Amino acid sequence: MPSTLFAKVWDLHTVRRLPSGQTQIYVGLHLVHEVTSPQAFDMLRARGWTVRAVERTYATVDHIVPTADQRRPFADPQAESMMAALERNCRAHGIPLFSLGSGNQGIVHVIGPEQGLTQPGMTIACGDSHTSTHGAFGAMAFGIGTSQVRDVLASQTLALDPLKVRCIRVDGRPEAGVYAKDVILEIIRRLGVKGGAGFAYEYAGSAVDAMTQDERMTICNMSIEGGARVGYVNPDETTFAYLEGRPFAPEGEAFARAKTWWRSMASDAGAPYDDEVTLDAAAIKPTVTWGINPGQAVAVDQRIPSPDDVADGERAGVREALEFMGFRGGSPIAGTRIDVAFVGSCTNARLSDLREAARIVRGERVRPHVRALVVPGSESVRRAAEAEGLDRIFRDAGFDWRGAGCSMCLAMNPDRLEGREICASSSNRNFKGRQGSPAGRTLLMSPAMVAAAAIAGEVTDVRAVIRARGSLT
Amino acid sequence: MTDRRITRIAGRGLPLRGDNIDTDRILPARFLKAITFEGLETHLFEDERATPGHPFASAAYEGATVLVVNANFGCGSSREHAPQAIRRWGIRAVVGQSFSEIFFGNAVALGLPSATADPDAIARLMDAIERDPATPIVVNLEESTVEAAGFRAAVSLPPAAREAFLGGQWDATGLLLDRYEEVEAVGRRLPYVRGF
Repeated sequence: MPSTLFAKVWDLHTVRRLPSGQTQIYVGLHLVHEVTSPQAFDMLRARGWTVRAVERTYATVDHIVPTADQRRPFADPQAESMMAALERNCRAHGIPLFSLGSGNQGIVHVIGPEQGLTQPGMTIACGDSHTSTHGAFGAMAFGIGTSQVRDVLASQTLALDPLKVRCIRVDGRPEAGVYAKDVILEIIRRLGVKGGAGFAYEYAGSAVDAMTQDERMTICNMSIEGGARVGYVNPDETTFAYLEGRPFAPEGEAFARAKTWWRSMASDAGAPYDDEVTLDAAAIKPTVTWGINPGQAVAVDQRIPSPDDVADGERAGVREALEFMGFRGGSPIAGTRIDVAFVGSCTNARLSDLREAARIVRGERVRPHVRALVVPGSESVRRAAEAEGLDRIFRDAGFDWRGAGCSMCLAMNPDRLEGREICASSSNRNFKGRQGSPAGRTLLMSPAMVAAAAIAGEVTDVRAVIRARGSLT
Repeated sequence: MTDRRITRIAGRGLPLRGDNIDTDRILPARFLKAITFEGLETHLFEDERATPGHPFASAAYEGATVLVVNANFGCGSSREHAPQAIRRWGIRAVVGQSFSEIFFGNAVALGLPSATADPDAIARLMDAIERDPATPIVVNLEESTVEAAGFRAAVSLPPAAREAFLGGQWDATGLLLDRYEEVEAVGRRLPYVRGF
């Protein structure tokens, strides 16, 4: 019987059916960070339990990390206490911590793959909803809350209900200036922010096959924004080539054996799907959100919708979004003046993202009214970018070049919007108040679109920038 | 052993209108900067409570125990801090059109049932509570119903979650630790755990 990767991974990791009817699932990799773990470690202590599988547990610090001045103790005493708690807990239990200045610290969803910890066929849990990112490697990866972090620490398992699988096929070739970010924003726009509830998303098709691992991570990362807790891509040669030589990847003969097993975990031809959806990559344009959830998006050459343009059920949502954003329905999104440009986050702060943004920025200047910053996804990304001179390109253009962390994606560190500022952001959420100011406004887009907006001072079509400059190198 | 069974929640209601109310709105990220959950309830909907008429700021709904919401409540971040804050504020059950999966799972782990009802029932509930905030509401998990002001509607929970509340086993860790040798056996059959 042909089956999906999801079904194979689920079956292989099933411990037993619990009396409640839920399934107990073994967690192959548990990633821990400073925000959702301190209370879990406290609960563990209070109940007299310990960490069951230390060798399957790794930690890093990302959300609260200051990106400008990283000296300890941090200027923010709350951030310092969280950092200290993580260090204390990791030391007490012997959990490896990719800490600041280690050369390997970074956003948890950037460093897992970078270190080769994330591998096909695994189950991966982390107290963060963007854990779906790791699905780009053909893993079943999902976000959990703190009580579940406690459960994984204590038992290396979780009580879960199975998901249905929706295959999303993206075929064809996107034009220059259209990126993985645009593909996933289009998918969410099409299927809705709750369309994925109850589903794992399997991304397939020739466009996905042609994508790099970085691009696949961008797509899987935002599965949760479409309501799908899990998103994945079947592992292939691109995946294996990415993993080979990474610190935690198998080596030599073992790597060859691993490849055979990884390949066997991919969805079989003719596997049954609960739903299938097809998109044409060539029809996707650079996409920008105009509202307060990631499904409220339009192509850069389109107009912001009016309440009259949408179905009855969506009208109140559109009205609320227009009011919060201060936008008028029917106005073009292009030309929207921005105050801040942010290149960063677990969605789009990998080396290839920074390269694409740098191609647009090279030789240009950020508009004087725009505050612009680049926050690499990890210390390793930052180092690699500097080795290529990307930091100079950004700095020369007027961008701040920062240390690695989550930064202005959710503003748990000093990087945040002020007042009603509008931010062109390569991150993943445009929720009210997400970027640290209750009235702050977020426009989600690709890193190249953020770069173009920083230079123009307003939302602009990066395809036109690319065309105007001939070939970009 | 404490009786942890949750079968029936009775009290006054609090209607919170709107689809896609995300966890950043429920509890803005800056309040996650803490190493305990204590006091989170004081920051519940912090950034919108100032809006005139916000139900969580309205004296009329003080002491409510049943929160009534629309679709996709709790979407976004996996922060358990959101249901923690809701529960610490005093809410003991949520009834809504739909919930994000992560929010739902987090709420189960806290013993906070989040039951779904059809849009019609939600609209009637919200109207009834807004008309008279003192209206008694009963969420009955045994019968899978919600009752208010002389009307009664079906509510639904996934069977396993309902079972967990009724049996007092919503805190799953004990169950998960029960037969650890079976967990170890699964580890041994996984090539990436055993070594390739």
